[in-house]
Amino acid sequence: MSSTKFILGLFDDPDVLLHGIDELKKNSVPIYDVYTPMPIHGIEDKLGVKPSRLGYAAFMFGILGGTTIFSIVYYTLVHDWPMNIGGKPAFAVPDFIPATFEWTVLFTAFGMTITFFFATHLFPGRAPRVMDLRATDDRFVIAIDAKGNVPHEDITNILREAGAVEIKHNDRKYVSYE
Amino acid sequence: MKTHNSFDEQYQFTGKVKTWSLIAIVIGVVTIVAGFLTHHEQRTFSNLLLMGYYFTCVCAAGVMFCGIQYAAQAGWSASILRVPQAFGKVLPIAALILVVIIIAGLKMTHTVNVDGKNHIEPYLYARWATPDLRIKDSGIYDSVIAGKAGYLNVPYFLFRIIGMLAVYSFFGWLFAKYSRDEDELGGMKYYNKSIVISAIFLVLFGFTVPVFAFDTIMSLEARWFSTMFGWYNLAGLWVSGLAAMTLIIIYLRKQGQLSWVTENHLHNMGLFMFAFSVFWTYLWFAQFLLTYYANIPEESAYFFRRWEPDFKVWFWLNIVINFGAPLLVLMQRDSKRYVGTLQVMAVVIILGHWLDYFQMIAPNTIAPHEHWYWGVISWVEPGVFIGFAGLFTFLALSALSKFKSLIPKNHPFLDESLHHHI
Repeated sequence: MSSTKFILGLFDDPDVLLHGIDELKKNSVPIYDVYTPMPIHGIEDKLGVKPSRLGYAAFMFGILGGTTIFSIVYYTLVHDWPMNIGGKPAFAVPDFIPATFEWTVLFTAFGMTITFFFATHLFPGRAPRVMDLRATDDRFVIAIDAKGNVPHEDITNILREAGAVEIKHNDRKYVSYE
Repeated sequence: MKTHNSFDEQYQFTGKVKTWSLIAIVIGVVTIVAGFLTHHEQRTFSNLLLMGYYFTCVCAAGVMFCGIQYAAQAGWSASILRVPQAFGKVLPIAALILVVIIIAGLKMTHTVNVDGKNHIEPYLYARWATPDLRIKDSGIYDSVIAGKAGYLNVPYFLFRIIGMLAVYSFFGWLFAKYSRDEDELGGMKYYNKSIVISAIFLVLFGFTVPVFAFDTIMSLEARWFSTMFGWYNLAGLWVSGLAAMTLIIIYLRKQGQLSWVTENHLHNMGLFMFAFSVFWTYLWFAQFLLTYYANIPEESAYFFRRWEPDFKVWFWLNIVINFGAPLLVLMQRDSKRYVGTLQVMAVVIILGHWLDYFQMIAPNTIAPHEHWYWGVISWVEPGVFIGFAGLFTFLALSALSKFKSLIPKNHPFLDESLHHHI
């Protein structure tokens, strides 16, 4: 039994990479993930990646921000210390809307940044997890979980025939732990 | 989706939609004639101005769409550009109708009795075009209006409106012409020319459209002013124009035309409608908040009148339809991609912006003279609306049927548009 954990096919062209994905699918080889230095249009559909739920997260952060500031303004200006500003009633809703809007945007922006860090395991001071360093530069990488996917030679041949410029048999999942 | 798209098929304007749009025009004409015969001149003029303005705005939005797409060098829209180009071709007719309505409204007069004295008032723009407002001992002399006479006088007013509409119509015609030449001769020449005229048009349009809105609509309430009003009208113009474009695209698709338009193009139209409904609300609210917060009498007069019981219901309904409905429905990805939902929302937005224009116009033209509660909207309003809707459908589809093909087949970004995917 070999100690290979992951087989990586490195491509130097996104179109060749898409062809490689098709070839692997034709041969019923499950793909673990694909790493590219830039977004490739339509790759999610090809890989069957589920639609992102990021929108729901953004919506919830927005609701949270809006509710927070509205409660604060309501507590301070209506409940705790009502003031006469320009003869308006204390609960002057139109005046509250700009602040509510701004906090909705603020919470959504910060919330999405935090969600992004959380989802990608990126935190300040932590080395990112990368399967192949050149996937951040000029290589398009298909990763195949080697466990159960035997024989490895066949996978290597499929990748090579599809146009991979380099094929790696890695013993560890990530090349860069912290 | 068909695997083969035919780029040389000319659209034939026939069938049910032609019959129905002609019937709608007849309904409109009958309503207008009946309005005059039953002595609802004031109300009929108010509705004619509303629909004439709405019609012109929707057509101008088509030219603006072409301008933005060319100036941004957008690829996705290349295959639907014929629809806004057709709007641009209808713009001269719409502009002519609006100008005729305005001139008729200024020339046709009636006598109004104020405190025992008779005054001759035009049916439209009575707040500044009534001659007695500028005569010192007429009894209704208004020093503010007299002071504005250098800007708000009939010849200069007509000169501005006709001038602006002529410029917009010229650019609308030019976009269609360049695109037609591109079809026949090919090459990048006409595309580059279109980019240049887009830049010129957008600057001219952007700076003059607020003046157009000030003149046509805001001057109905001549003592009131709001610098937000122009942008607020631009937002309404744009979003209702997008809704009209979406409806026509959906209709053509159902007829088996525009086979290359997929749900991705409709998704973009839905995105536009959603985004600019929110933009409209932003401007509506900006105008409202400043007036509310400052509470200066001459500024709040506008909202005060719309706060009266006869208009309050419509005032709130305006926000619900034009903000609430797009926000809640169009925010979802799926509702922008299902033709049925998008079609319903486009109709809702078109009706909503009719109500928005009604809010701007009716309280200044018909409200001070008559008093209703729920009867603010009578039989004249739907009749005139149907008439103009039919006229617009008829003219826009006729303009489309005059193009040799429903796609600009030599557009340099056509391939990108055919493979548009989001």
